Amino acid sequence: MQVNLKINGREHIVDVPPDEFLLTTLRRLGYLGTRQGCDTSTCGVCTVHVDGKAVLSCTILTCRLDGHEITTIEGVEKEAEIIGKYLVAEGVEQCGYCSPGLIMSILYLEKCVQNPADTTDEEILHYLNGNLCRCSGYEGQLRAIKKYLEVKYGAGSK
Amino acid sequence: MLNIKEYVAPTSLEEAYQYLVSQKGATLLGGCAYLNLGTRTIPLAIDLSKAGLSFIKEENDYIEIGAMTTFGDIEQSKVLAHYFNNILALSVSDIVGVQLRNLVTVGGTVYSRYGFSDFITALHALDTKVKLYKQGIFDLEYFLEKGSKEPDILEKVIIKKDNRKAVFKAMRNSHGDYAILNLAAAQIGDKFRIVVGARPGRAALAYQTMEYLNKEYLKNQEFTSSALKQAGEILSEELSFGSNGRGSSEYRKELAKVLLRKALKEVTYLAGQSEN
Repeated sequence: MQVNLKINGREHIVDVPPDEFLLTTLRRLGYLGTRQGCDTSTCGVCTVHVDGKAVLSCTILTCRLDGHEITTIEGVEKEAEIIGKYLVAEGVEQCGYCSPGLIMSILYLEKCVQNPADTTDEEILHYLNGNLCRCSGYEGQLRAIKKYLEVKYGAGSK
Repeated sequence: MLNIKEYVAPTSLEEAYQYLVSQKGATLLGGCAYLNLGTRTIPLAIDLSKAGLSFIKEENDYIEIGAMTTFGDIEQSKVLAHYFNNILALSVSDIVGVQLRNLVTVGGTVYSRYGFSDFITALHALDTKVKLYKQGIFDLEYFLEKGSKEPDILEKVIIKKDNRKAVFKAMRNSHGDYAILNLAAAQIGDKFRIVVGARPGRAALAYQTMEYLNKEYLKNQEFTSSALKQAGEILSEELSFGSNGRGSSEYRKELAKVLLRKALKEVTYLAGQSEN
């Protein structure tokens, strides 16, 4: 079936089988920054934004997204570069496989919390609970995100 | 591997219903959270995402939650945050991650009557009914026990607005994991409502425990330590607790006592606060 997708601001008209998940479609279209991980709705590496909301692209059928807007890591290149520097500085960019999904979740956190400058550790963990990382142990990620939010929104984060 | 032969996205409930009864194996698509697990062939997939079922409406006496409302919507709802100590949002907040909660739907969960569900346990602690498109309105308790007699579409859940206080408790191995056991307690006036889920069976009301608690509370408007202990004993014997990879029956029985005690302390505190 034919589906209209707006991916990172660019219109795509694609033929998809009804049982194809968004992750497969994205990668087929060359958006390879979105990773394939567990394929069981668990690990979060395939996180993208649909109409501004973070979702698992391995879990949502492409045909459901006719007329919707999708943002992948390629669509937030500038922000990703900035966040990536904080991740590297805290030594959590090891294999890097989970980073695209993690960054999409960090950007979603920024949208959802009322005042990013006052984001608590608990809030950060709440929003990033769906992103698994098998290298870092999460402490470095937490430090990196706190520093990123502190610098971007002011020194109020705690 | 998933194999969908045909896909439709009806824009009304009637259209969706006609598709549902049009052929054997026609399947409604809710949040699709489990669609990518296992091997399955679906001759006709009926996507409800365009049928106008995503809403949280506050009326004078009740709140309606549409079947396609996601757990993410539940978490962020300002309407729901005003009622029942935000129990519905709190019950879903530990389910995997936000990316999944933005997909999982109320209808998919309730219609499927998942035994492991945190949301159903919380919903059951409230005065909740379900509206099936063709068969009408049923108490949640009846629906959880009997399910739908015929192919139908869960349109919405309807929650009576009352002044009950409610709390949700769960024990899990880690954040985001399925609960080993969950429990919801509600207090309205002098009456208590206790629901236990993930036993690993479907959420159920603990009638004997509730009867005991109601009697005890009338004595002093509070629970003594021995009454809490006795309530836990009754609870652990009254409901069936099964074993699976997350925990044994014996472990769940002990957990039930602890969760009940914590929930009762909290809910009576909240009720006391609102009186003062």
